[in-house]
Amino acid sequence: MRVTRRYRFAAAHRLHSPAFTEQQNRELYGKCNNPYGHGHDYVLDVTAEGPIQPASGQVVHISTLDRLVTERVLRDFDHRYFNADLPEFKELVPTSENIMRVIENRLMTHWSEVFPGAWPRLEGIRLRETKRNFFQLKP
Amino acid sequence: MLITRRAEFSASHVCAQPSLTLEQNRELYGAAANPSGHGHNYVLEVTLEGDPDPVTGMVFDLKKLKDLIQQAVIEPMDHRFLNYEVPPFDKIVPTTENVAAEIWSRLSQHFGAGNPRLNNVRLYETDDLFVDYTGARS
Repeated sequence: MRVTRRYRFAAAHRLHSPAFTEQQNRELYGKCNNPYGHGHDYVLDVTAEGPIQPASGQVVHISTLDRLVTERVLRDFDHRYFNADLPEFKELVPTSENIMRVIENRLMTHWSEVFPGAWPRLEGIRLRETKRNFFQLKP
Repeated sequence: MLITRRAEFSASHVCAQPSLTLEQNRELYGAAANPSGHGHNYVLEVTLEGDPDPVTGMVFDLKKLKDLIQQAVIEPMDHRFLNYEVPPFDKIVPTTENVAAEIWSRLSQHFGAGNPRLNNVRLYETDDLFVDYTGARS
């Protein structure tokens, strides 16, 4: 069984790669390359998977998941500028694809500290950048 | 091909185990353990999987699916206190997980392994929390 919890954060980013010229960056990223950045209200779905634990009737202890996501992701991401405020994006372009990888990495690094058993496991992450685009990742 | 029908019901519940103290139940279930209970507007999405019938062009008659959901889930659960009025939640805790599994079990009786088969039950307890169940294999 899969349990999905939805979180929200607001953050700014600018898509610009040092691998390309100014002109190439504008062509590749369009408005997302505007020099001062821009922001989104991101919606993050975190899905945990496992059997229902007979003792609790739960697949995942929700407040433990909330604490993990809040401490490892939301606290650092919410109301921040990815390019300026987060060490992971000093080199990495903060596309939604890369943001998902970073979220996956942060959650997986600390997952077994808070969920030491075989279950639940992290089944997937879905990141909605705007109402018209979203990205999904299965670890 | 997958087809999905959505339905809604409002119900109250309390998540607590009689064998635990209030303190322990609050540790496990948070505010959902508050003894007098509370309610949600549940949203249910039932997904069937199959090939469209060559004559009707339909995987399954959605009106039939609507009636089935109505009779198996909505009528017994809507505007009810799950723990007191809807078995088996007099004996098992009505977590979102257990309610989703119960809905699966009620609906799966109407579908075999053939065409169409029950593919997924998604139950939203709130906009920000939902469960997907695809049967015992998951």
